Amino acid sequence: MKFSYYPGCTVHSTAIEYARSIDAVVAALGVELAEIEDWNCCGAAAAHSIHRKLGLALPARNISQAQKQTHLSPDLVTSCPGCFNALKRADYALRNDEETRKEIEETVGFAYNGEVRIRSLMEVLTHELGEEVLSAKVKRPLDRLKLVCYYGCALVRPHAVTGLENPENPMMMDNLMKWMGADVRDWSYKTECCGADLALTHGDMVQKIVGRLIDHAREAGAEAVVTSCGLCQANLDMRQTGTDPLPVFYFTELMGVAMDLPNRKGWWSKHIVNPGPLLARLGYES
Amino acid sequence: MDYQLTNQPVRQDPSFANEIIEATGVRVDRCYQCMTCTLGCPVADAMDFPPNQVMRLIDLGAEEILLSSRTIWMCVTCETCFARCPNQIDTAAVMDYLREKATAKGIAVPEERIQLLHQVFAENIKSFGKVHEATMLMAYKLKSKDFFSDMGIGLKLFLKGKIPLFPSKVKGLDEVKRIFEKTYDQTFGGKS
Repeated sequence: MKFSYYPGCTVHSTAIEYARSIDAVVAALGVELAEIEDWNCCGAAAAHSIHRKLGLALPARNISQAQKQTHLSPDLVTSCPGCFNALKRADYALRNDEETRKEIEETVGFAYNGEVRIRSLMEVLTHELGEEVLSAKVKRPLDRLKLVCYYGCALVRPHAVTGLENPENPMMMDNLMKWMGADVRDWSYKTECCGADLALTHGDMVQKIVGRLIDHAREAGAEAVVTSCGLCQANLDMRQTGTDPLPVFYFTELMGVAMDLPNRKGWWSKHIVNPGPLLARLGYES
Repeated sequence: MDYQLTNQPVRQDPSFANEIIEATGVRVDRCYQCMTCTLGCPVADAMDFPPNQVMRLIDLGAEEILLSSRTIWMCVTCETCFARCPNQIDTAAVMDYLREKATAKGIAVPEERIQLLHQVFAENIKSFGKVHEATMLMAYKLKSKDFFSDMGIGLKLFLKGKIPLFPSKVKGLDEVKRIFEKTYDQTFGGKS
């Protein structure tokens, strides 16, 4: 199964353990992600927050790059929810708003043909491979691991743009983790915001928001949080206070544990809250 | 600026609301003050006017008050307001519009650091086509003069090899720069 791939900036920096676990998981599943040539930053939150047209044109250039590379799959997969959101917003505007489409086409210098489909890695794995294929790959069911799935904002909202499930109670990651055998707990905070880039300017506020999320995760009985977003992971991993912080995993890392993929130590060493002791206590790591 | 109740009769001025509807397509005039946006907003307690009051201020034509508010900078576009609004009002999209207008007008902003972070981030993309955290954070620290907050976290990330020293550049950087010239630079006068 082949897809074109937009990795985004953070897979080479703050989300490097996400990148490593993605590589391991897709290789084991026989999924090929072919990186598109010469992509640029999607603009993240900053671009649209200060200039709306810049926030559409930057991701649109990536759609233009993907569109040109016709030897690759028209399904453009991205693993980062922030990038997914930016690309989807641009694609939504290009697809549905003629006036904006003309402006963006002129700004970027391309003609949109609507053939590129923006998809998230999590959606592709759950929908294209599905329960049967994925659960067959499980060597060590995660039944001893109690966790909550944390989706955050960008993967789900705005609903009309992302097109992904119920924005108040998405189940995609919950299902995927259940297929890995995990003891997935229900909680009310799965799509609550983590404070996003306020972490850099208002660390105290984000610490409070993260504290509340973690309190509710604990209340649900979770010993770990799982997410797909680099910013959520960073905020939850770095801004917990107290002596017994919860490890915060990328979903591909836990797939890697369940599928018993090699070189996992190189993922755990990148975490601020070391997941090693929890995984060792549960018998998943030595 | 403080928004204070006075004994003067309030005169509604629809021109600001119409300008926003025209520019964003968001039907701010549909708000009936149910406050669902504010109840779900993760940062409402740090705002001078919670989201529902933003809608009311737009309704009153209170442009200056909004453009110089903390509120528009505290919004992180989580879109919870839009997801729950019974009238499908995308309040976060309106915040984008207000931030852009406040910046273009050079209005003194009560949350300078947030504005600066967005600017420094955007300009980092203009330089490399991708984000390079080390130079972006350095520029932010120098310009904000906020040298010491989170140094411990920054150091941890660096030691874990999560902040690469050298930037990687996009080959088509001239294309990225052209996008900036036609958007950001045109609106903000190319100062960077």
